[in-house]
Amino acid sequence: MAIAFWINLAFLLAVVFFVWGLRLLSSPDTARKGNILAAAGMGLAILATLTMPMEGASNNYAWILGGMAVGGAIGWVASRKVAMTAMPQMVSIFNGLGGATAVVLAMVELMNLYNGDSHMEGGQLAISLAALVIGAVTFTGSMLAYLKLDGKVKDKHVTLPYHQALNILMLIATLALTVWVYLQGSGAGTNLALGLMVLSLVYGFSFVAPIGGADMPVVISLLNSFSGLSAAAAGFIYGSQVMIVGGILVGAAGTILTVLMCEAMNRSLLNVLIGGFGGGGSAAAQGDQTVREVSLTDAAIMLYYAQSVVFVPGYGLAVAQAQKVLKEVDDLLSANGVDVKYGIHPVAGRMPGHMNVLLAEADVPYPKLLDLDEANEALKSADVAVIVGANDVVNPSAETDPGSPIYGMPVLRVWEAKNVIVLKRSMNPGYAGIQNPLFFMDNTRMLFGDAKKTLTELATELKNM
Amino acid sequence: MDTVYQFFLENLTEIYLLVFTVILGFEVISKVPTVLHTPLMSGANAISGVVVIGAIILLRLTPSDNYLMLGLGFLAALLGMVNVVGGFAVTDRMLEMFKKRK
Repeated sequence: MAIAFWINLAFLLAVVFFVWGLRLLSSPDTARKGNILAAAGMGLAILATLTMPMEGASNNYAWILGGMAVGGAIGWVASRKVAMTAMPQMVSIFNGLGGATAVVLAMVELMNLYNGDSHMEGGQLAISLAALVIGAVTFTGSMLAYLKLDGKVKDKHVTLPYHQALNILMLIATLALTVWVYLQGSGAGTNLALGLMVLSLVYGFSFVAPIGGADMPVVISLLNSFSGLSAAAAGFIYGSQVMIVGGILVGAAGTILTVLMCEAMNRSLLNVLIGGFGGGGSAAAQGDQTVREVSLTDAAIMLYYAQSVVFVPGYGLAVAQAQKVLKEVDDLLSANGVDVKYGIHPVAGRMPGHMNVLLAEADVPYPKLLDLDEANEALKSADVAVIVGANDVVNPSAETDPGSPIYGMPVLRVWEAKNVIVLKRSMNPGYAGIQNPLFFMDNTRMLFGDAKKTLTELATELKNM
Repeated sequence: MDTVYQFFLENLTEIYLLVFTVILGFEVISKVPTVLHTPLMSGANAISGVVVIGAIILLRLTPSDNYLMLGLGFLAALLGMVNVVGGFAVTDRMLEMFKKRK
């Protein structure tokens, strides 16, 4: 009796640690503590599960600890080696593994049922099937997201004609088969369950296939939410409260981030999933179409004698691995008394908040990182706004041109700064393929070239002043 | 329909737990600032590795001579643990970098 009390107290504490850890994660000062607290909760839950009394258990500790040790070692090494630019890929893989685990667990329970080794209530069968389907979709969807993010698979390689219609048909087929397997009860048989698993795996792959690279922050958030839901469903199978709570918390986190990312792009989730940007045949920017270039020296002078400068980094900065050089420019300017800030759009980077991590890695203190509203306030009084590798998130068409595909998307109003310097490789339009009238504005100057090279040269100029 | 009624009534506590966790989750997480969205996601991701608990329960209950089930359980424990350890460790690595002005 006493042991059951302590075991369950441990599970209760684990749940409290999860919730409290997530709570602490909401402030940069306490976030690290929060993560450690959540990890401690997980350790406690695992320990309690290993030691709790179970009737008729054969324990198999060698198998358990062996699997955990191998998995733990792989996870540890991966977490040390991954580059911060590759975080979206890593999170995608982990999402996928969580989904795969749920698939294996659900499949084992279903096999036991169909072999007559166990008995399941109707509701439990439904939950097992849900864990199987959601887990499978999460697994293949995440793996494809990883391959796309890593540039190993291009959109056009995996997209078929009428892919959206195909996806809708497949979704209906998957749901219909799930219901049918459920209605067969214990007579469905393992082969039918395997068939359902395969169909779900194919659907997961197919549902991510047509989603474009710019929409990846939404997809990763959504898959994160799915991985939580599959964990929660597996929790119902085993009647484990800690799994239910943990899974649902992750589901909630993923859902909130999905909604925030959709809002940041002014698009509905449905639009992201079945839409994708059209060709974007919007009217060309009005006014004169000449761009004005600025020399490195002039740009350096402009920055050096400014009172306040706002950098607007985009994914181009990360691709060029130029975060550290940007920080060097920041240091040189700050040393001269320039007030330097960074304006970060919510969808800058390839996952929610990605750009903040990249800049933190380059030692930029987080109070300098402004979110959308703070940055727009700062831009009103800024002397110079410097755009590095960003495009669509600083496009004035989003506010002025109802015909633009990104009309209504909240953007950083860099044009309200006195001067705008755009660091850009060429005049090619951005990821979404939309022309940007910002480049033709009177207070905009272009500084062409590779972001890292240009920033390095800029730093040299500043040092010589 | 009867099975649905029955499931609902028999799992009433779990369903309450589900509902309140949803509310709690949205309350706690909606306050997280943009700066922390990536660590939040990878930390949450680590928590979803809680499925490893299911793998442990499964393995403990599997007869010691059922090698198919043992193998599948081993796989589940392995995958779940990659998610747990990797997730928490990488989140810690990221949060270590978030510093205030020196």
